[in-house]
Amino acid sequence: MQFDAEALVGFYQQMVEIRLFEDAASKAFRQGKIGGYLHVYSGQEAVAMGFINYLQEGDLTITAYRDHAHAILQGADPKAVMAELYGKGTGIVKGKGGSMHLFHAEGGMMGGYGIVGGHIPLGVGMAYAKRYRGEDGIVQLYYGDGSMHNGAFHEAANLAGLWGKSEMCPCLFILENNQYGMGTSVERATAMTDLGKKYESYGIEWERVDGMDLEAVLEVAERATKRVRETGKPYGIEAYSYRLVPHGAADFLEKYRTKEEVRKWREKDPITTLAARLLDMGVEESRLEEIRAAAKEKADEAAKFADESPEPDLSELLTDVYAEGVPVEAAG
Amino acid sequence: MAVMTYRDALRSAMAEEMERDESVVLLGEDIGIYGGTHLVTNGLIDQFGPKRVIDTPIAEGGFTGAAIGMAMAGMRPIVEMMTWNFSFLAADQIIQNAAKLRYFSGGQVNVPLVIRGPNGGGVQLSAQHTHSLEGFYGHFPGLKVVSPATPEDVKGMMLHAIRDPDPVIFLEAGALYGIKGEVPEGDFEVEFGKARVAREGTDVTLIAYGRQVPMLLKVADQLEEQDISAEVIDLRSIRPFDKETIVESVRKTHRAVVVQEQWRYFSVASEVCAVLQHEAFDDLDAPVERVSGAEVPAPYARNLEIAAFPSVEQVISAARRVLYLEK
Repeated sequence: MQFDAEALVGFYQQMVEIRLFEDAASKAFRQGKIGGYLHVYSGQEAVAMGFINYLQEGDLTITAYRDHAHAILQGADPKAVMAELYGKGTGIVKGKGGSMHLFHAEGGMMGGYGIVGGHIPLGVGMAYAKRYRGEDGIVQLYYGDGSMHNGAFHEAANLAGLWGKSEMCPCLFILENNQYGMGTSVERATAMTDLGKKYESYGIEWERVDGMDLEAVLEVAERATKRVRETGKPYGIEAYSYRLVPHGAADFLEKYRTKEEVRKWREKDPITTLAARLLDMGVEESRLEEIRAAAKEKADEAAKFADESPEPDLSELLTDVYAEGVPVEAAG
Repeated sequence: MAVMTYRDALRSAMAEEMERDESVVLLGEDIGIYGGTHLVTNGLIDQFGPKRVIDTPIAEGGFTGAAIGMAMAGMRPIVEMMTWNFSFLAADQIIQNAAKLRYFSGGQVNVPLVIRGPNGGGVQLSAQHTHSLEGFYGHFPGLKVVSPATPEDVKGMMLHAIRDPDPVIFLEAGALYGIKGEVPEGDFEVEFGKARVAREGTDVTLIAYGRQVPMLLKVADQLEEQDISAEVIDLRSIRPFDKETIVESVRKTHRAVVVQEQWRYFSVASEVCAVLQHEAFDDLDAPVERVSGAEVPAPYARNLEIAAFPSVEQVISAARRVLYLEK
């Protein structure tokens, strides 16, 4: 379907909020306020924005460690997400997971995962559960190109294709192909670089979409999500995109790609291209400026909240290991 | 009480719970149409159909991961590892996802999952098909690890495991599938974290779990002929671990022998020794003895395999050593 300018402005706002949230997080990382790893999504926002737009009540998503956007777009409070990155007690998973393990189960976001490919079978199982329980929910399963060379993807895709034959796997496989698994390009990771074709081995139909173009993603996302919901069969997406930022906040050399390449892709930045489209449609620049200013303020508020939040209570160290029945011992 | 085999007790626990709770499903290799390599699930596909008794391809990581996803989304899956030896292929799923999900989600999700199958050796399957993984899985917080030795326990612990909100590693004594024993009628659970005194005695405490428990009962009979009264303790549960029962027994006997078929170092027996030296130091009249498997990959030839695992004679000898009856 075609979106009018008002609807697109709404998407623009959400994408800008994510971008500026992550800019604030990257700054905090450089200041030493965020520990561990920080994997930023900048450049890929149109993918999660487009697909998550078509989630319904009862649907689930699961993704890898580049998970800030997925959590926020599904309703996680940016303050709680930022507090998690800061390792604070007000964090969305109480300071126990950090950047790689955001969860917002209430909104259907079933986690970010840190082992490449390891979460893919979980998404397939969740999709089975949806059908088994007689619910019409689906699963959007996100993963990067790096995980397509890993056994977990292939075992899970095989199961999904198989279970789809009896309409027991409403799982939308969303490959976010940002062209690099950390610093290893697709060409250096596989001889069969047409990644979407790998779905075909498992009887899963698929299509490619320009992941830098929000309107293109929305068009595919609406159709693909509906199809999976109606058929109970998996369907594959290859969203071709680009990470405009380093792999992790500590990847500052970027020896594996040229500045020229990054510059070229910056011209396709999904946020600036959407802004240009909105101006073409007659939206005032001042309105976009207001959106950016408000998003900046929101990001700064999240950072302030995180900064001022208390560390987790030390008693939290020993909770949430088991739901019941096992005493958990402290260190020492 | 009804007399039934370990295998039938196990099957009846799953079948009865599947009758009661529709969220329970089974997944595994050849568990349906084939009937299960060890016939544990034989007939269940006829009773419950292919959506609840799910034959999977040979892809342990994939189907174990899928079962974790099912558990997170409101089901109670039971995964059969055809043998626990294949679980290394699913170790990433078990350790990195099942064991930790509750913690790193800040308590937002539970993983009510049972992974079950035969563990241990004794049937000439050689190196890649023979492991005792109690110590290995027992190491990881977030998992519950049990190893029942009798038909009664295997049923009661399976019923408890299916209803448990956490992931349970259910290590069956494969060599005991055919043994018979009395099993209570109806619904009953055997709680985790409680060891069982399988035989009372006063002179020495013999400690084991799984396949070694019936062996220790034979040892105790033979020791009795030598006027030695042995207490036999079946640990039943590795994590949570019941320190009290073994400490209490050693307070009475002052001597202990721990028996396991897994390798000696960094093992369940190592842990028992650590607990006893710490909690019962002043009660011990002799160093605790470990009787373990040989430090080799499991061999094939029958005589070599027998020699690779603890024997009745070795345990008797260890019991006599802690009693200072031999060196």
